[in-house]
Amino acid sequence: MALLEVNNLDVRFALRQGDVRALRDVCFSLDRGERLGIVGESGAGKSVAAFSLLNLIARPGYIAGGSINFDGHELTSMSDRALRKIRGHRISMIFQDPMMTLNPVLTIGEQMIECLKAHRRISSREARAISLRKLEQVQIPSPDKRLDHYPHELSGGMRQRIIIAIALLLDPDIIIADEPTTALDVTIQAEIMALLLELCEKHNVALILITHDLGVVSQVTQRMLVMYAGRVIEQGPTREIINDPQPPYTQGLMNALPQMATPGSRLNQIRGSMPSLNKLPSGCAFHPRCDFATRPEGELRPACVDQVPQFVDSGNCQVACHMVAEMQQAERIPVEEKQ
Amino acid sequence: MSTTTTTAPATTAAPPSRWQRFRDSFLFYSFKRDLVAQLSMLVFLLMIAAAVFAPWLASMNPYDLAQIDILASELPPFWVDGSDPMYVMGTDAQGRDLLSTILHGLRVSLIIGFGAVILQATLGVCFGLLAGYMGGRIDAFLMRVADIQLSFSTLMVAIIVGALVKAIFGGATFSDYAVWLLVLIIGLAEWPQYARTVRASVLAEKSREYVDAARVMGLRSRRIMFRHILPNTLSPIFVISTVQVANAIISEAALSFLGLGMPETHPSLGSLIKSGFDYIQSGSWWITLIPGLVLVVVVLVINLLGDWLRDVLNPRLYKG
Amino acid sequence: MIAFLIKRLFHALLVMFVISVIAFAIQDNLGDPIQQMVGQSVPESEREALREQLGLNDPFPVQYLRFASNALHFDFGYSYVFNEPTTEVVLRHLPATLELVFAASILIIVLSVPIGVYSAIRPRAWLSRFFMGVSIIGISIPVFLTAIVLIQIFAIGVSWSPFPADTGWGATLNGILSTDGGMPAYGRGNPTHVFGTWYTNFSSLDGLIYLVLPAISLASIMLPLFIRLIRAEMQEVLQSEYIKFARAKGIPMRRIYFLHALKNTMLPVITVGGVQIGTLVAYTILTETVFQWPGMGLMFLDAIQRSDIPLIVTYLMIVGLIFVITNTIVDLIYGLVNPTVKLTGKPA
Repeated sequence: MALLEVNNLDVRFALRQGDVRALRDVCFSLDRGERLGIVGESGAGKSVAAFSLLNLIARPGYIAGGSINFDGHELTSMSDRALRKIRGHRISMIFQDPMMTLNPVLTIGEQMIECLKAHRRISSREARAISLRKLEQVQIPSPDKRLDHYPHELSGGMRQRIIIAIALLLDPDIIIADEPTTALDVTIQAEIMALLLELCEKHNVALILITHDLGVVSQVTQRMLVMYAGRVIEQGPTREIINDPQPPYTQGLMNALPQMATPGSRLNQIRGSMPSLNKLPSGCAFHPRCDFATRPEGELRPACVDQVPQFVDSGNCQVACHMVAEMQQAERIPVEEKQ
Repeated sequence: MSTTTTTAPATTAAPPSRWQRFRDSFLFYSFKRDLVAQLSMLVFLLMIAAAVFAPWLASMNPYDLAQIDILASELPPFWVDGSDPMYVMGTDAQGRDLLSTILHGLRVSLIIGFGAVILQATLGVCFGLLAGYMGGRIDAFLMRVADIQLSFSTLMVAIIVGALVKAIFGGATFSDYAVWLLVLIIGLAEWPQYARTVRASVLAEKSREYVDAARVMGLRSRRIMFRHILPNTLSPIFVISTVQVANAIISEAALSFLGLGMPETHPSLGSLIKSGFDYIQSGSWWITLIPGLVLVVVVLVINLLGDWLRDVLNPRLYKG
Repeated sequence: MIAFLIKRLFHALLVMFVISVIAFAIQDNLGDPIQQMVGQSVPESEREALREQLGLNDPFPVQYLRFASNALHFDFGYSYVFNEPTTEVVLRHLPATLELVFAASILIIVLSVPIGVYSAIRPRAWLSRFFMGVSIIGISIPVFLTAIVLIQIFAIGVSWSPFPADTGWGATLNGILSTDGGMPAYGRGNPTHVFGTWYTNFSSLDGLIYLVLPAISLASIMLPLFIRLIRAEMQEVLQSEYIKFARAKGIPMRRIYFLHALKNTMLPVITVGGVQIGTLVAYTILTETVFQWPGMGLMFLDAIQRSDIPLIVTYLMIVGLIFVITNTIVDLIYGLVNPTVKLTGKPA
């Protein structure tokens, strides 16, 4: 059985105008030591997915349905007290902006030691020793001094290293990293990513990497999930999706990469923009932006407008797209010809 | 995005009327849903109406000595034994009908409250715009003055200025021009609140594209400040104005209570409370507590409206 | 830290300079010492001689320097009314005011922190709504009115009988609504002598009883402000990323609230709040007037009514000094609590 299994996860935000559904029918699983990427445009629900795994979505958000099974524990129905023992201990998180993640009025040492003490009966001296070792692992120079420093005395890259060290403090089973490098300088992004990858491999920690950077996903993860407007559109082995994206949305994402454009021409773009979650289009939420849904004569395909696409298997991937389903029914036309 | 959208509204469709736009606004929407805000607004409007029409609503003119019956002094309100049906809320120590005096006192308090806030806002907005837009030494100087004044507490400044003005003009002259002098005193004491808020939002607005665009187009800085920046700082000004009206009314009451405000012959709510305080030991609680209640209700509804406005217009909420 | 300290001290000196100029201008323009020293009957020539002798015809800066150097020795001349050095008059009244401010500050701090924190953590609980409702009403009641109401209820007494008094329950309810009064609401009673001009109300139960009503009414203006401030700041802090991260680390909520969040909440509260406690001195003028509390505020109002200019000037200088000292102390505490101050000299 997989280490983490998410089924039909449904997350909503209770607003004045009524519930807004941020996640619908999200299913995926994660094995021990596996690295999973979640990609999508901003607003697709990636971060909500990450935070809802540990039930950390802020009010007015709440988990309205579905299940999250972690190593035999059902997290959605778990008491806050029991969840607290899992947070930071067996599943830890890395946040987006290291400048905001550490408490400005507590020293690095305090913030590391309190984490150890929250989960283990341990003396301060031992906790400090463990913290030191972790800081060495994330290659912080003179870690002994750093423990007594405050966050504002360190650079963004340093802080993110410290946050990685905190995430690794209790040797967790899973690390959820929510865009861990977007807030950093371009020059240190690769360094931090490489460090994270190395440490996950070395300690056999599973990683859920949330990002909009397809390049990073292809280098780091083994499997990936493409999200659009709160739904999973496609999931499968990273290599297969990157090499042969099936639904028009994933294709669009790939074509939008700068390296896919011919030099000198304009960058490719998906037309339009992500709809807001309280005004989602009917049927397949992507249909107003989709070239497939619009027929050459200008009218829209009824299936795309009326029906929510169901998952179909396509190779090792699962895809929720009417186009892919129709093509399968039309007995497999090679993808190259269609383009 | 076009940088001129703030100055040139689209004219393609027939523009909705002001009233229509107001009814569609979020402000009106949240007002419809907020019972406390509606009740506060109702009471507030009633108070305003009572103040405006005080000379016609009041059964007697408390400033006219001929109408005062000194024998009818210290009569209790109607629900207490020994009351006179002619005086619903009783009479004060000089035999004035308390209800009529309160109506006139409310009028005086509101005039001073609003007058002082208009003065504060004018001073504060000008200085705040100047400090925020010009920066440099002017900014440093004005903000230092504001700092010093604020660290002294506005009430303290008002008391000191009030005492000085009274000493300079002498008691009799002070009484004659008390309304205007109080507007001046409270206005001078509290402008830093506005200046700080306006400066902060000017600094935030200054870095925006449209201000750069206006400057590139070669507009003069005065025009940029008043036509481009000021409109965008209106909502914080609006929000603090409610609180400031409440504060000004309280400040006026405090000054009057200390004998540095309205004379007893031409009382505000504060000086009514003061004049009644001398009789509270002898059991005539109504002379001081009924005007006190009116004062509290006025200030409370203004504060409630201010709270509601802050929740709705919260500038931070919109600017992210 | 040293740079920060020097900067604060410089600021404090600047403020004191401004205050002293204002105070001197008041004395120079409003107070005519000759009038007070000699009677109306003395001829003009003699007055002029005296004027020259006292240096009153010197140019403004010279006179100011004389004033300032005297001020450094706490010498502000003689009070017209009391006929003794103004500093002594102020010193005699100072302890009463400081004790009142101290008692009110204790009340404010002890009550506002738990209430503010509670209503930030549980914004929807009925108790929080109750506190918020009471605090907005509290803000809307002027100090002197609170004081008067307290006197009416606890010193004079209230007898309400809206319920039938001949039934048992009616009498009980009437009893709950009514108060006997009897609390002292006038002056300080008989405070115990400590040393010099310092008499204290804190040493005996009898003294404390005199302090109760004045302290409550003085605290009543700041308490709601503090509650609302602490609540607003704490709510903002609770939205921050580092609180989310602390939760993701599995830290117990109690530690998150009372260490992570509270420490960050207290930073702005110390700056705003510290200054506000200083301004309590201003409100003592109102409280002391109502309760005839023999402190500096009452003395100041008296001095205004009697145009005792030297005493007014002394009061201004001393109160200015108190403000400057509290502000500087508050800044220093802020610098100690906020780790980011050390590097930049200015809060980030």
